[in-house]
Amino acid sequence: MRTRRSERIGAYAILITCSVIALYPFVSILGLALSPPGERPSGFSFPTELYFGNFAKAWSGGGFDTALISSLVVATAVVVGTIVLALPAGYALGNTRGPVFALIGGILVVGLVLPYESMIVALYTMFRDWGLLNTWWALILPQIGLSLSFATLWLRTAFRQTPESIAEAAAIDGASRLRTLRSVLVPIMMPTVLTLATLLFLFTWNEFLLALVLVPDEQSAQTAPLALSFFAGNRRTNDPAVTAAAAVLVALPILITYIFLQRRFITGMLAGAMKE
Amino acid sequence: MDGAVDTPPRVTPDPARQRAAHQPGAGRSWLRTTWSDLRRQAWAFWFLAPAAIAYTVFLVWPLAQTVQYSFYDWNGITPATPVGLENYVAAVTEPEIRSALFRSLVFVGFYAVLPTALGLLIAGVFARIKVRGMTLFRAMIFVPQILSTVVVAVAWRWIYAEDGPLNALLELVGLGSLTRAWLGDFTTALPAVGLIGTWIMFGLCMVMFVAGVQKIPTDLFEAARLDGAGAVREFFAVTLPALRGEILIAMIFTTTVALRNFDIVWNTTAGGPGDSTKVPSVFIYQAAFQSREVGSAAAIGVLLTLLILVVVGIIGLLLRDRGDS
Repeated sequence: MRTRRSERIGAYAILITCSVIALYPFVSILGLALSPPGERPSGFSFPTELYFGNFAKAWSGGGFDTALISSLVVATAVVVGTIVLALPAGYALGNTRGPVFALIGGILVVGLVLPYESMIVALYTMFRDWGLLNTWWALILPQIGLSLSFATLWLRTAFRQTPESIAEAAAIDGASRLRTLRSVLVPIMMPTVLTLATLLFLFTWNEFLLALVLVPDEQSAQTAPLALSFFAGNRRTNDPAVTAAAAVLVALPILITYIFLQRRFITGMLAGAMKE
Repeated sequence: MDGAVDTPPRVTPDPARQRAAHQPGAGRSWLRTTWSDLRRQAWAFWFLAPAAIAYTVFLVWPLAQTVQYSFYDWNGITPATPVGLENYVAAVTEPEIRSALFRSLVFVGFYAVLPTALGLLIAGVFARIKVRGMTLFRAMIFVPQILSTVVVAVAWRWIYAEDGPLNALLELVGLGSLTRAWLGDFTTALPAVGLIGTWIMFGLCMVMFVAGVQKIPTDLFEAARLDGAGAVREFFAVTLPALRGEILIAMIFTTTVALRNFDIVWNTTAGGPGDSTKVPSVFIYQAAFQSREVGSAAAIGVLLTLLILVVVGIIGLLLRDRGDS
């Protein structure tokens, strides 16, 4: 398709404007975080020299070392737990037919949009009764439950798109279904599974309300977003530059991961779209 | 769950396929077909069991508990008293809660309608043009979706602050009279928080729609142009119908996030100033953990869940029927 030069320039103008708008808020707190005390950038100017003291203050004042570890442990456990449970479930739903399995799929679709915001009291009471409030378990277990519908439906589609001949060949070789899944199908589907894992990790890392409700009093179990929320709301440490530095610290692990995994992320996305 | 779903392999069910796979066989009763299907596929239940248990314990059970709590007056500690529908009656009659629901609908405008419209507009442009470097732009435009909502809230609190970039920009262009603390002002707090939602969602919609547009076969556009269609007609005749699936997924996702919205509100205004940005999920949190009215928190929760299911159902019906008929 031929396009005119002016149209092309217009398209780039749109893309550049959108990119600037998308990146600006983070860049602006980065600028604020790097500004020396007494030399706060007014409005949208940027600091002339880089000053890292705000990061040190945020790091020591907000308990972000333990918070980042908590986030890492919780997110990893949720990703592993969810995928281990969703792989057989997605395989089962992808290789069966009939109204009963369609109904199970339908229940999972409802699970996609169920607001857990509604159920926080019930979750709180449940984990209080189990004596697990303020522990990592209180964050890991419910988030596995919440991620399951998304992961299972994702994998159901992936299994439906896998050629049946592969599983049939394995069956002829005498492999059981579980063995076929583990040794034949999962290796083939690794790119899809890794894309799914990336998304689940992101959702879990960024989760806020569950942490606020389920681990409110134990600093060592608090995740990075919760620590940041407390830190930003604390009036005594209310220096915007230090708060900005804390926000950058919390965002950085995800941003760095995103930069590295972005390629896999996008190729996985396109592969999924093309198969459709 | 927060965050975006780019185009996952379709998460929506495919009823047509399921129906086709299960037409009752000639001469055999539907029930018998189903039963023999089930027996033949009994292995599948073993594969589903672990996930089903986790799903039930951590999602279905808490939901059932919430429904139960909603019929009680309970402070969370001492024994509860059953009160029938009182919590629901209070929820729908109290003007405070009704205006919270109304604010939710305003957020749907900012989180769902506006980003979808923007995304479609931009996708319309890219139906005619292929540019280089799309991968890089896409990665940048997607960034609002990957940042933690708390980080987003901190960043926008700074942008909206009295000495922040927005007011500086207004001063610069000679609109200094408009400057204010945007999140602390009764008239601007709600749209200011809403625009954060637009910012979070526009990249997602745009990336989804542009990807969708680029899957449309080129000859469709060429045919439209041969028929003398301009950019506008081409958009309505070719682009929009082809994007129905993407629009459906984007609308359902963004609307759900808008109605659930807690993180951004809590970390920017916490519902204030006054009640001017208080939405149902903030009500639920405060009733549950601050004023200790668990029954009323649960009733609002049940209503919010129903609202979301109904709205999602309506969007699904609207966007599905139009193209299939």
